[in-house]
Amino acid sequence: MADTMPSYIGRSVVRREDNRLVRGAGTFVGDMKLDGMVHVAIVRSQLPHAIINGVNLNAARAVDGVELALNGDDLKDVLPPISGMQVTAPKTWRDGMDPRIEIPDQTLVPYDKVRYVGEPYALVVARDRYIAEDAAELIDGDFETLPPIANAEAALDAESLVHDHLPGNIAATLHARKGDGEAALEAAPRRLKRRYFHHRYAAMPMECRGVVAEYDSRTDSITVWSSTQVVHWVRREVANALDMAEERVRVVAPDVGGGFGGKGHVYPEDILVAYLAKRLDRPVKWLEDRHEHLLNAAHSRDNLFDIEVGFDDDGKISVVKNYFLVDSGAYSPVGAAIAGNSIAHFMGPYDIPHYEADCKVMMTNRTPNAPYRGAGRPEVALAMERSIDLIANELGLDPAEVRFRNMIQPEQMPYAVGLPYRDGVMIEYDSGDYPEALRKALDGIGGLEAFRERQKAALAEGRYLGLGLGCYVEGTGIGPFEGATVKIDSSGKVMVATGACPQGQGHETAFAQVAADIWGVDIDDVVVTVADTSHVTMGYGTIASRSAVTGSGAIQESSDKVKEKVFAIAANVLETSEADLELRDGSVGVKGVPDMSMTLKEVARAALPGWIHQRPEGIEAGLEGTAYYEPPTVTWAYAATAAIVEIDAETGAVQIENYVEVHDAGTLINPAIADGQVKGGLVQGIGGGLFEEPSYDEHGQLMTGSFMDYLLPTASDVPPINVIHSETPSPRNAFGFKGLGEGGAIAPPVVIANAVCDALKPFGAELNNTPVRAEDILNILESGAVAAE
Amino acid sequence: MKPPPLDILTPTTIAEALALLSAHGEAARPLAGGQSLVPLLNFRLSRPEVLIDLNRIAKLSFIEERPDHIAIGVMTRERAIEESELIASQAPLLQEATTQIAHLPIRSRGTIGGSLSNADPAAEYPAVALALEFELIAQSERGERRIKAADFFEDVLTTALKPDELLTKIIVPKSPGQSSSAFVEIARRHGDFALAGVAAQITFSAGKPTDVRLAVCGAGSTASRLSAAEEIVLRDGAGVEAIKGASAAAAAAVDPMADLHASADYRRRLVGVMTKRALQKVVQRAGVSA
Repeated sequence: MADTMPSYIGRSVVRREDNRLVRGAGTFVGDMKLDGMVHVAIVRSQLPHAIINGVNLNAARAVDGVELALNGDDLKDVLPPISGMQVTAPKTWRDGMDPRIEIPDQTLVPYDKVRYVGEPYALVVARDRYIAEDAAELIDGDFETLPPIANAEAALDAESLVHDHLPGNIAATLHARKGDGEAALEAAPRRLKRRYFHHRYAAMPMECRGVVAEYDSRTDSITVWSSTQVVHWVRREVANALDMAEERVRVVAPDVGGGFGGKGHVYPEDILVAYLAKRLDRPVKWLEDRHEHLLNAAHSRDNLFDIEVGFDDDGKISVVKNYFLVDSGAYSPVGAAIAGNSIAHFMGPYDIPHYEADCKVMMTNRTPNAPYRGAGRPEVALAMERSIDLIANELGLDPAEVRFRNMIQPEQMPYAVGLPYRDGVMIEYDSGDYPEALRKALDGIGGLEAFRERQKAALAEGRYLGLGLGCYVEGTGIGPFEGATVKIDSSGKVMVATGACPQGQGHETAFAQVAADIWGVDIDDVVVTVADTSHVTMGYGTIASRSAVTGSGAIQESSDKVKEKVFAIAANVLETSEADLELRDGSVGVKGVPDMSMTLKEVARAALPGWIHQRPEGIEAGLEGTAYYEPPTVTWAYAATAAIVEIDAETGAVQIENYVEVHDAGTLINPAIADGQVKGGLVQGIGGGLFEEPSYDEHGQLMTGSFMDYLLPTASDVPPINVIHSETPSPRNAFGFKGLGEGGAIAPPVVIANAVCDALKPFGAELNNTPVRAEDILNILESGAVAAE
Repeated sequence: MKPPPLDILTPTTIAEALALLSAHGEAARPLAGGQSLVPLLNFRLSRPEVLIDLNRIAKLSFIEERPDHIAIGVMTRERAIEESELIASQAPLLQEATTQIAHLPIRSRGTIGGSLSNADPAAEYPAVALALEFELIAQSERGERRIKAADFFEDVLTTALKPDELLTKIIVPKSPGQSSSAFVEIARRHGDFALAGVAAQITFSAGKPTDVRLAVCGAGSTASRLSAAEEIVLRDGAGVEAIKGASAAAAAAVDPMADLHASADYRRRLVGVMTKRALQKVVQRAGVSA
């Protein structure tokens, strides 16, 4: 930090991005028009599982305006598959998880068989997208259908295999243990065993995916504009596939309309479009339409849990056994990372001495499964938080009380969980007061006792009100690293570039706030560049609630390098010692001597190479530094949430009266942005809890091919939301930051399920699967009515 | 998600449109507000060779009062109907149903003629047409035909219109002074096509129902009248028991289809609930004692 404090961190600075976005002046991939640009239509499998006997392109090639039509055979010896291991894990994690991981590579355009509805098997490049689609219709695929594998459980016993080299359709197994689960279960006075299912749903950003690529034959270089969260990953894979130096591949994510994890890995189209641009030596554009997005962009969640919990008569939990299957679809672009999250986050904010987890990541004939906001955490929150409510029911205790009795107390911080995190470091919750968050959440809904009285009075009138609670913790700011380059040139402006790759998070503003505070300059003197590989040599990207922590860390470390030179040069010019200098108002000055200072602009000029420089001996020219911040391990955000619902007794419809989330992400950079992040996540969680679900019929056909059928929550479906931020700084970085991008989406499905079950308590009903459906609720109400008669 | 090749023709008079329709026959589709047709084109589920765009025919857009009815041009936007004081006072059921169609941007483009001609069984207007006993004026080069709403809706997305016929005008009878109405529907989200919706229009005399019209949408291949339920209310009045009986009769009468959003059984139950709620609203609005 600078010594003077016009502190920007903690202020709701108006987002720089909004000026262009609100005026419609943003540039998304879809807005791009390049001279001579041609357009791609991709032909996608309508079968979930089939052998490809042949794909006839003749009719498509004959269409006027078609430049090129290709099938899998044309490409199989030209382009390598995308590695199944886009994400790697450190050895220390592997030691703790005992994994067997054989994630299959993904052929860009399959030539042997198709494995999910939506998988590409041919493509057409044409003068415009209309012609490309006309020609795509004429492509004649000859397929021999294979029995589709519909879900993870069926995959275990299926005779047919999604990938021939994966017996039992198992792509990965993970195990983890803490204490002695078996013995603890034997010793437990009470046991609860349940099956929970968290359904599949998807990120569904407002902007679908899209890629434009332009090849420059003069320099043998290529520029790829992709609506992605990970420009550096795309650069790596494109360079690998096209056998080019990474230096000759520039990947840019222009304005991106949401990602939420769904754009957090490399897809075949990122590479295909780059390949086509080079092959044709013309700019090539592919825009994913919503129908394609629903079929082909990664889905997520889809976990089946068999859980056993041991507890005593006071509701204190001694042990959890967690056996679960992940339906990963036909591929698993980020390997076993989501399952690893699920294992690590299961116990949440609770102090549970014994734990055993056993997981299988299954291959099925479904769209590939990749992280989506929450990434393995909403799934386990469902299993854990439902279990707590069921324990409360069994003991006649309030679910809030059982949570309080099991929560880690603030004096136990830092708290060692006894499991390795995905970064290979043993998990230690760093800071926070979990019971206080729950107390605040209960206050936020008007107090527990007041609600229980209201609920009783309503029930007497035949109205069903319910309270749902959900608490979680979230490891955020994961490594392995993030890169940043900081420069000060002769303009005196501070230029910051990071490998962070925003999709609407307001990084240009938030990182400007961070850099302005680091340098003690006016925020308008900070220039931020994001999502462009040409500005940072190595970067990681914006996934996993990580950029605030890792991007800021990288900006700080690169700034430190530059500051050393700034102080050395200023000391030389001002003829003083570095120790007497401070940064203040865009200048370097002598402490206690207001008149003795030089501006950063003057320092930058003094730092120039050449005859007139004023650098001391041994100081290299230029004010520029690059650093790769490798966080020691993750920071632990947490939240307690509460919602009140009312059930329409005649239709089963669920009305959420209000929703409160007490969220702690450490020190906030920009509270308005943080608020928007948590609320946005909550809305997506509510969507998953009530509406969103890709549906497949008995033949494996995806029935949700448009927004008529895949229902997103709209403004009218969103209840009043109250987000209460508490700020317990993380001790793991200089700023006290924790990540917050995903949190909001974690709890709503289970909070809604818990609230509905609380409302239907007179019927003794359990809803242990998501989404919560009005029809199921009405069945419960009517069966209860029949029983009462 | 681009439509296949097609020509768009832009007539400016009804006569011109009819001539084009006659010339192109089944290869043509009239384009009204485009809120259903354009997505179907983009999905390539509808593949006309020619679109006859009605949006430039000024004479197809009007709301006019006549002695015993309101005449509405087919290209009248749903939003104009929603905001019409004439319709609010003389055919309040139509006005109330319109407010429940989709969302404002859709109502601002969507037209009454487009919705009726499209005959989506879950749409609001076909049920209102049956309850208010609209008459639909179809024109072709062969002449003009007046079709009763009861004869208009034949099947899912299928009407009595011939390929060369264009719906041009809707006759909406004025609701009697002693009548009251309600339109209620339920959808998974606000603005979606109804899982079940009920239009109710009842005329009272000395507190007793003398003319009862109930129509349902979302519960079969077309919107339909709920005649068994109507008879119960006509016979037994609109008291609690009669409403209960009518609701049960409504649920028993329909033959809904299952889809992703609801099973047939759930839809059937919702028809009962919507019938009950519509009748309760009518009774409340009419101020008649049960």
